[in-house]
Amino acid sequence: MSQIYPVTMPKWGLSMQEGKVNRWLANIGDSIKAGAEVVEVESDKIAGVIEASSGGVLRRKVAQEDDVLPVGALLALIADSEVADSDIDAFLAEFQSRFVPGETEAAESTAGPETVTVQGRNISYLRRGDSGEVVLLIHGFGGEKNSWLFNHEALAGTNTVYALDLPGHGNSDKAIDDPSLDGFARVILGFADALKIGQLHLVGHSFGGAISVATALRETDRVKSVTVISSAALGKEIDVEYLRGLTRTNSRKELKALAGRLFANERLVTRQLVEDLLRFKRLDGVQAALESILAAFLDGDQQRVVLRDKIVRLGKPIRVIWGEQDRIIPASHAALAGADVHVLPNAGHMVQMEAANEVNKLLHF
Amino acid sequence: MARKISFKQAVNEAIAQEMGRDETVIVMGEDNVGGMGGEGERDAWGGVLGVTKGLYGKFGDRVMDTPISESAFIGAAIGAAACGLRPVVELMFVDFMGVCFDQIFNQAAKFRYMFGGKAVTPVVIRTMIGAGFRAAAQHSQCLYSLFTHIPGLKCVIPSSPYDAKGLLIQSIRDNDPVIFFEHKLLYGLESEVPEESYAIPFGEASIVREGDDVTIVAIARMVHVAQQAAEELAKEGIHAEVIDPRTTSPLDEDTILESVAHTGRLVVVDESHPRCNVATDIAALVGQKAFGDLKAPVTAVSGPHVPVPFSDALEDLYIPSPAKVKAAAKEVVEYAK
Repeated sequence: MSQIYPVTMPKWGLSMQEGKVNRWLANIGDSIKAGAEVVEVESDKIAGVIEASSGGVLRRKVAQEDDVLPVGALLALIADSEVADSDIDAFLAEFQSRFVPGETEAAESTAGPETVTVQGRNISYLRRGDSGEVVLLIHGFGGEKNSWLFNHEALAGTNTVYALDLPGHGNSDKAIDDPSLDGFARVILGFADALKIGQLHLVGHSFGGAISVATALRETDRVKSVTVISSAALGKEIDVEYLRGLTRTNSRKELKALAGRLFANERLVTRQLVEDLLRFKRLDGVQAALESILAAFLDGDQQRVVLRDKIVRLGKPIRVIWGEQDRIIPASHAALAGADVHVLPNAGHMVQMEAANEVNKLLHF
Repeated sequence: MARKISFKQAVNEAIAQEMGRDETVIVMGEDNVGGMGGEGERDAWGGVLGVTKGLYGKFGDRVMDTPISESAFIGAAIGAAACGLRPVVELMFVDFMGVCFDQIFNQAAKFRYMFGGKAVTPVVIRTMIGAGFRAAAQHSQCLYSLFTHIPGLKCVIPSSPYDAKGLLIQSIRDNDPVIFFEHKLLYGLESEVPEESYAIPFGEASIVREGDDVTIVAIARMVHVAQQAAEELAKEGIHAEVIDPRTTSPLDEDTILESVAHTGRLVVVDESHPRCNVATDIAALVGQKAFGDLKAPVTAVSGPHVPVPFSDALEDLYIPSPAKVKAAAKEVVEYAK
């Protein structure tokens, strides 16, 4: 029997309550494959593309461009061409009569971020899901748990997924006792101990990728797999101008330009994304935290630590994901013998945001 | 961790955190501790609208009640600042500031210059501004333009709890005299504010909303009026960019000029009296430095040149409304040479 598939306003991150329909990427009557781009939506943080969860024909556009709609609101309907228009109308009427804005939010994501003490410091984290494998998401330099905005919920369906704020970042304490990769690896292991997590999968982005590898090197038996995304520690080159600029500046204009470098499509950088970065940068202690990390991380204008050889010898499943247009760390670093390597086109350093759907499909445990 | 707190709580938290961080920070003003100071009444008041409530309990004698003599205690605070303390002094309503103009205009503002840069005056004068409180002509003015006129003073005019906390912390850490203007109708406004300390630099405007068709520059409560107008305009397909300078001295000229270069149209909304106010100042700035970018005359939305009326109906008419801002924006957008 032919099905009707609703396309609805997604929820990207805790704070998203509504989103704006930016533009349609498909027309009525288009035949759409599962995974094809249907519509671009913008939250107050970032713009992203919604893909069709199932194939069919785009039968109805319920939302108009520029509409601002609550999370869960109906945007479009996809169904096979043989489904009668009357059935589509009935489905639409049924959906709209049942839809209550905010209801899905209340039911699904009740728990907010929590705090745990690791090595005497507060570490903030968010947990989603409670089945399957345990996965820990580790953000990059200057990032936070929201760096996984498009991934966290998606992975939680079949896994227990944690995202933390590293020391010096997000809502965690800003003091950093040991800014070396090994120091951060010990925090990750301390975090797992504190939450009584045994074996786990590590997923790290950028600087967080390097931390994932360093963690696996410290306690190899505990780590079931390592996924590194646009990762540090796979080569010497890195955009030091970006790193130093991010550390130094508190100017919105400069931060906006720097944030643009993180994406292949700079249009994705919203006013709110830059504002959030500014708000983070202004917190007491952040400047010192970033400076200390950078001092440990860089050797002149290059990365101090390269762990390529050691990763291969871990004997663990290694997955490498990169944005082909990464301007922070070149995608050429992705080539790693023996690893499951994916270089995604049309994406930059924040590939897990910019090509979220593709990345989420690659992240199976 | 950010959570929602009110503008009033944000001001209180900024002072408390800075008092905790730096023991040279003190609080002075009328009724900060509890009026006459008898046992049981102490810490009962926290200033006329309760903004500093609780500080006496935390910091004891570093929170001081002063006599009802503005010229004396503002002078004392400025002197204390010149001698190494960082006083945060509350002068209830900006309308009362006239009796201490010498202390502020001719002493505090001039020390750094008159002593060849060797003297600093890290005083913060907090004061309430604004109409809409049914408090008549002597308790309803904005007057920030007077202080913006004087070199040597920094003028800070927050419009949100987030900005209030970060700008007040910056004000306390700043080595120059700062006049910190709090719109009394904003005290109950809530927004997300981090629990941690943070400082917002002076001279950096906030782009409250992005748009392509018209720039609306607004300060204090008018930022919210401008946002309401922008929402209404958006329904008619007019996209307004709303800019809050946050500090009028120093003024972030670049952000305003860049926005006008983009939109070609400017509406300035200022609740204060219309002559020689912040709106005329910004209009002149854009007229002088961005004339070539303008597609329409600059428009200012302010009240009429009269004292703020006591009558409720007239007071409501006096204050710039979203409808007036919307009308001004439509006029410049539809302007044909």
